[in-house]
Amino acid sequence: MIEIRIHGRGGQGVVTAAELLASAAFHDGKVAQAFPSFGSERTGAPVTAFCRIGTSQIRSREPVAHPNVLLIQDSTLLYQEHVFRGLSEQGIVLMNSIRKVEELGLRDWMVQHPEVEVYSFPASDFAEKHLGRSIANVAMVAGFASITGALTKSSVEYAIKEKFSGQMSESNIQVANDAFDYLSSHKVGV
Amino acid sequence: MKQQIEGSQAVAQAVALCRPEVMACYPISPQTHIVETLSRKVKAGDIGHCQFLNVESEFGALSVLIGASAMGARTYTATTSQGLLFMAEAVYSAAGLGLPIVMTIANRAVGAPINIWNDHSDSMAMRDAGWLQLFAEDNQEAVDLHIQAFRLAEELSCPVMVCMDGYILTHAFEVVDLPVQEQVDAYLPLFEPVQVLDPQDPVSIGAMVGPEAFAEVRYLAHHKHVQALEAIPRISQEFQDIFRRPSGGLLKQYHTDEAETIVLALGSVIGTIKDAVDDLRAEGWLVGAIQLCSYRPFPSQVLRHIVHYAKRIVVIEKDLAVGKGGIVSAEVKIALQGLPTVVDTVIAGLGGRPISKASVIDAVKAACLEGLEEPHFLDLNWEAIKRELIRQVEQRRSGPTPENLLREIGLSSEKTA
Repeated sequence: MIEIRIHGRGGQGVVTAAELLASAAFHDGKVAQAFPSFGSERTGAPVTAFCRIGTSQIRSREPVAHPNVLLIQDSTLLYQEHVFRGLSEQGIVLMNSIRKVEELGLRDWMVQHPEVEVYSFPASDFAEKHLGRSIANVAMVAGFASITGALTKSSVEYAIKEKFSGQMSESNIQVANDAFDYLSSHKVGV
Repeated sequence: MKQQIEGSQAVAQAVALCRPEVMACYPISPQTHIVETLSRKVKAGDIGHCQFLNVESEFGALSVLIGASAMGARTYTATTSQGLLFMAEAVYSAAGLGLPIVMTIANRAVGAPINIWNDHSDSMAMRDAGWLQLFAEDNQEAVDLHIQAFRLAEELSCPVMVCMDGYILTHAFEVVDLPVQEQVDAYLPLFEPVQVLDPQDPVSIGAMVGPEAFAEVRYLAHHKHVQALEAIPRISQEFQDIFRRPSGGLLKQYHTDEAETIVLALGSVIGTIKDAVDDLRAEGWLVGAIQLCSYRPFPSQVLRHIVHYAKRIVVIEKDLAVGKGGIVSAEVKIALQGLPTVVDTVIAGLGGRPISKASVIDAVKAACLEGLEEPHFLDLNWEAIKRELIRQVEQRRSGPTPENLLREIGLSSEKTA
C-alpha cells in the first residue's frame, strides 16, 4: 500500500488533490481512500490531506503517520511545519518549487536520510500558465503519477474530468500534461 | 454502481433514493455537505415533490418534522453536536410521539471547550430519548443503514438516528456501491403511518398523560425497542437479499471464535481495530473484535451469548461519562452480569484525537498482561495534566483550564522542536 501525505495551505486545493489521487487510483482498478486533516479550513493556514492506495480493502482510519510519499505543495511550509515527520527512509518527496533540489536548503537533512528521493518542479508555474492562478494541486497529482508510476496518465485525466467541468477541466488537463512532460524530460531529483 | 465518492455525498444520494417528502435542516459541521447536497437535489427537482425547509435552528428543524411526520410524510434531517443538544426537547418528543423520523448524526464532540471534531458525546447524550441508534463502520454501511433506517422507523413507528463519524466518514473519499432506485423501491414500501392527522378522520396526537397511564406509555416505548431487537436482523437480512451485501444488524463479529480477548467498539474505529486484531493474531494473541452496530436497542442477550466464553472484553469508546467513566462498557458489564468475563474501559478518540493501531495494540496487550486501570484513557498527555493540577493547587486564580492546556501543549512542542 502507498501512503501519501500532502502539505499545503488553505485555498490551494490540497484536499482536492487527495481526492483526485483516489479517483485516479479507483479508475486504475485500485482501492483508495482520501481524507483531509480536519479543522482549520482558513485560507493560508497549513492544511494536510492523506491518501492511501492499495489493492485490497483499506480499513484503517488513522491519519497517515508514516508516508511513503510526501507531496509538498507549498514550499514555505518547509521552514514552519515538521513536514518530514514519519517519512519512510525509502520515501519520496515531491516539492513544488522553482528551485532545484540542491537549492532547497535540505542538504543536512538529505545526508541524514540518504535513501529518500527528493524531486522539485515548478508546479505553480504550470497552473499560473493555464489557469491564471497558482493553484498547483493538479500539477502535484500529475507529478506524483509521473514519478511513481502508481497512476496512469489516462486515469489522472479521468479524475480531472470527473472533478472539473468545461474550461476548468480543459485547463487542468493541460496543467497535468505539462507536469508529466516536465518530470519525464528533466533531471529533477536527487 | 461503485463510485469513489465523499461519504456525505453518498449519504445524500442514499437519502434521496428513499424518496423523503419533507426535509428540514440546519447546517452544522461536519454534517453540512449532506444537507447542502440534499437541498440542491430538491431544488433541481430530483426528489419528487419533496419539500426542503430552511429553518432558523435545529430545534426548528425537528419541530417541523414532528408536524410533517404526524401528517403522514416521510421525513429526514441531519445534525450533530451542539445542534443535537439544541433540538433535545424535540428529540424526546419525536420518540415519545412515536414518529418515524430518520436523522443522520455526523458524530462530533460536545463543547465546552468548543471542538468540531469527532467523538460520540453527542448521540450518547440522547441515548435514552427513545430513538433507535445505528452506528456505521464505513461509508458503505452509512449508505446502507439510511435505507434500512426508513424501513425500520416506519415499520415500528419509532425514530432512528444513523450515526456516522464526523469527518472520519463524512469527509472521507472512498469506494461506495450506490444502490439504484429500483432496488430501493423494491426494499422500501410507501410510508403507511400508524397515526396521522387527517381532517377526514380527526385525532389528536400529543395528549397530556398523567400518572394513571404515563408508565404504560413509556413501557410501550421500551417494548418497541425490544421488538427492534428482532426487526433489525430481519431487515438487515432482507437488505442483503436485495442489495447482495451484508450490512447492519445488531452487531458484527471479527475473529471472535476462540478469542480470549474481544475488543468492542462503535463506528468507524472498528476498521483500525480489525487491522490491530490481524497483527495481534499474527503474534499469537487470541484476540477478536465486535462492532456494535445497534447501540439502541442494546443487544444484551446476543452479546452475552457470543462473548460468554471470552476472558476479557476491552471496550474502546469515544465518549466519557464524567464522574463515572465508560458509557458503553457499563452497559456491556450489565449484559454480562454473573459471568467471570472482565470488562475494561478504554476512553479514546475524544475531540478527534486519532486512534492509532499501535495504541490499540498496546492497550490490548496491557489489558491482557497486567490489566487496565478503570477507566483507561488512551494516549493521554499526563505531563500536561500534572502541571495543570499543580498550578490549580498553587494558585487560586489559576485561570481557564482549556487555555492553560493549550499553552502547555504549545510550550512542550516548542521544546521538542
